[in-house]
Amino acid sequence: MESRKKMDKRLIDNQLFWPLFALAVLLVFDFFYLKGFFQIEIVEGHLYGSLIDIVNRATPLMFMSIGMTLVIASGGIDISVGSVLAISGAITAIMIGGDLVFVDGVQHHVAHYPMAVAILVALVAAVVGGLWNGLLIAKLGVNAMVGTLILLVAGRGIAQLIVDGNVITVYYEPFFYIGSGFFLGLPFSIYLVAAFLALIMWLVKKTAFGLFLEALGSNRVSSRFTGLNVQKIMWACYAISGLCAGIAGIIVASEVKSADANNAGLFIELDAILSVVLGGNSMAGGRFSVIGSVIGALVVQTLTTTIYAVGVPPEVTMVVKALVVIVIYLIQSQMGMKTLKTPAASAGEGALKAGEAKS
Amino acid sequence: MGTENVLVRMDGICKEFPGVKALDNVDFTLRHGEIHAVCGENGAGKSTLIKVLTGVEHNESGKIYLDGVAISPKTPMEAPALGISTVYQEVNLCPNLSVAENIFIGREPIRNGKIDWKEVNKRSEIALAKLNLKLDVSGRLDEYSVAIQQMVAIARALDISAKVLVLDEPTSSLNKIEVANLFRIMRKLKSEGMGIIFITHFLEQVYEISDQITILRNGQLVGQFETAKLDRLQLIAKMIGKDLAEFEKTIKEDVRDAGAAANEDAFYQARNLGQQGSINPFDIKIGKGEVMGLAGLLGSGRTESARVIFGIDEPDSGETEVDNKKVEIKTPADAIRLGFAFCSENRKTEGIVANLTIRENIILALQGKRGMGAYLSHKEQEEIAEKYVKLLNIITPSIEQLVGNLSGGNQQKVLLARWLATEAELLILDEPTRGIDIGAKAEVQKLVLQLAADGKAVLLISSELDEMVRCCSRMAVYKDKQKIGELKGAEISEINVMKTIAGGQK
Ligand SMILES: Nc1ncnc2c1ncn2[C@@H]1O[C@H](COP(=O)(O)OP(=O)(O)OP(=O)(O)O)[C@@H](O)[C@H]1O
Ligand SMILES: [Mg+2]
Repeated sequence: MESRKKMDKRLIDNQLFWPLFALAVLLVFDFFYLKGFFQIEIVEGHLYGSLIDIVNRATPLMFMSIGMTLVIASGGIDISVGSVLAISGAITAIMIGGDLVFVDGVQHHVAHYPMAVAILVALVAAVVGGLWNGLLIAKLGVNAMVGTLILLVAGRGIAQLIVDGNVITVYYEPFFYIGSGFFLGLPFSIYLVAAFLALIMWLVKKTAFGLFLEALGSNRVSSRFTGLNVQKIMWACYAISGLCAGIAGIIVASEVKSADANNAGLFIELDAILSVVLGGNSMAGGRFSVIGSVIGALVVQTLTTTIYAVGVPPEVTMVVKALVVIVIYLIQSQMGMKTLKTPAASAGEGALKAGEAKS
Repeated sequence: MGTENVLVRMDGICKEFPGVKALDNVDFTLRHGEIHAVCGENGAGKSTLIKVLTGVEHNESGKIYLDGVAISPKTPMEAPALGISTVYQEVNLCPNLSVAENIFIGREPIRNGKIDWKEVNKRSEIALAKLNLKLDVSGRLDEYSVAIQQMVAIARALDISAKVLVLDEPTSSLNKIEVANLFRIMRKLKSEGMGIIFITHFLEQVYEISDQITILRNGQLVGQFETAKLDRLQLIAKMIGKDLAEFEKTIKEDVRDAGAAANEDAFYQARNLGQQGSINPFDIKIGKGEVMGLAGLLGSGRTESARVIFGIDEPDSGETEVDNKKVEIKTPADAIRLGFAFCSENRKTEGIVANLTIRENIILALQGKRGMGAYLSHKEQEEIAEKYVKLLNIITPSIEQLVGNLSGGNQQKVLLARWLATEAELLILDEPTRGIDIGAKAEVQKLVLQLAADGKAVLLISSELDEMVRCCSRMAVYKDKQKIGELKGAEISEINVMKTIAGGQK
């Protein structure tokens, strides 16, 4: 029994091992090829440097990968997150707006609506988007890819309607703090991710949500027969995914001080899915690791930053990125297979094989 | 007997899984024109032995010869090409394809560069007719019961012309008539020189059909015996290492007690309960402390009634009372809240969650009942899981083993444990002993009777009539999606059930 416990730990560690390994390889590459990559400076009490920059830039993606993990674990997928991000950004930008007013000859920025209200409305809209996905997929049984495709297309249209086709610039200093402010020396958005991650980990580990989700993702019929409220759990996953995209939208809008309904979050759903996969999660649903996906998001962002920093011509960045992703993925799955083959951990492979034989 | 005529020889086969030596230096010999039974308790290594033969699992050491030629199939795809046709323990068909597609998948007849569907359907019908089965072969497979799915898998295996036929517990959900049909064909194939490996926990079937018996225990070979020279008690003794006659006596006694204990208090009562198309309206009453049986042939509506009672299929007529209070049951969650449990006959698709551990599987229904917030602590979960692993003698290195890695019989025990753990007031058990070995079966039957003696209501469905006769104090008989009669107390016997079915409306 004792030894088995050790085995279990090793299996779990295994899932995090490969994403961490990929991250390490990228960082080592950067260390040798990019001068001063690991330099961190303190400017006005704030930490600056490429590493900090990567983490800071990765925050929207980290949020989305958290939501995406839950959706994928439930056996679905959410490709609407980019559009939800755009909607949320558009709402925040247009509601805060910001006017330049002179009070006694001194410049002041004034928000149209209080910032808290704007953020709340944006988040509610994002959650409603998620619930809409849930309605189609959990309730009406639409295929997840098709169901979220609807919002992917319609959502961007809605975002454009909100901003009336314009790029909305925000003039309101306090709002910028979310995406580019510093707290105790570190970018503020990092704290947001940490807090949200803690909340989700609590939900997944300290309530039965994680267990139910894994059961549902592995065998939906059994889960229903066991009395689990399958619809509600799926609905929750899509709502959380929407919420994550909403938060990401606010961070992005705050960071670039504007909302661009055409380009904000374009193709980011692909990066989010990629993060989940590179985090060692199965696209088939069931077992999942949120932490793995967050590391996956860091891998994706590090890769993107590296490619730009190395000076790959813009025309081919996407191709280079794709190639590196394929290599990382192959290494992960091949090497993962091999380590699983050691007696201690071949249970997973056994299950795969059993599945092969039985399906 | 010399070495001539040997069809399959497996020499010194070893296969190890983490924490389990599934096969430890096992030898096996199958001859032409022989039906060879493989016997052993749950987890003895029977399925692993044939999976090694068919390339699903790979042995660490040992050699396999087919007709004297060494083979080592790497994937399950290679085996049919070598002439080995297999029905695996877990039905391995595609539920969302039609019956005909399942029978011909991977070997569809081609005409003019296209799959000849007419031919597929026609030949499927013929293949099924050999088993005396008439089905709409264009219907989706998952619309049919497990028993029919099992028959389809058998029909598929029989239709592949092969030298070796492997049947891993093909009869676990079949009734006597279907078994007789299967045996008729097996005898014919045997006379044509085919070698057949037959795994089952039904000893009477072993004696009826087999020529040779290979016995495994804990992954080790106990020996190979001529069926005619090994009597039943010896066989059992060799399988489990103790005498089973004792077991059976205690069961019989318990039955009588339970029958007497049944009181008048109805826990569950339904009038006119039905669902159009699946089951005609029926009345039923299940008392506290009684084992109520649902008997009938394949497709008679017994499972359908259970599903309607449990809310899997929402009833469209009738009213139900639990503890004399009117209730509405529209989903399994409703039923579970009222204290019901439903152990499905279809353990793979409707039962276990293969990717989760034993611990998680066992607590799943209980946790579902408690809801999301009241999460059982890890320690509580372990205690519950350990308790049932011990009670049902689930063979596993750890409660953290994935259920998908357990042997079939042990998976069934996990499913049973899940529902026992909910401490339900009404247990609906659909083929609860499917694939469970003879010793454990007696234990489960005893457990069922014990539950009734403790005042629980039990609804039992089993294709094994003797199990029903042993356990039930009352029995509803179904035919053609209709309840046609009830038997109780001393009326309950195999003959009377058959008579009721034959007599139709009572
Ligand atoms: N993929 C696997 N991973 C780990 N252990 C396994 C795996 N497959 C089988 N085992 C173990 O090997 C042993 C033999 O299993 P096997 O399925 O051969 O038993 P069996 O004799 O067919 O039992 P049953 O009568 O229950 O079907 C069991 O202890 C089982 O838990
Ligand atoms: Mg088996």
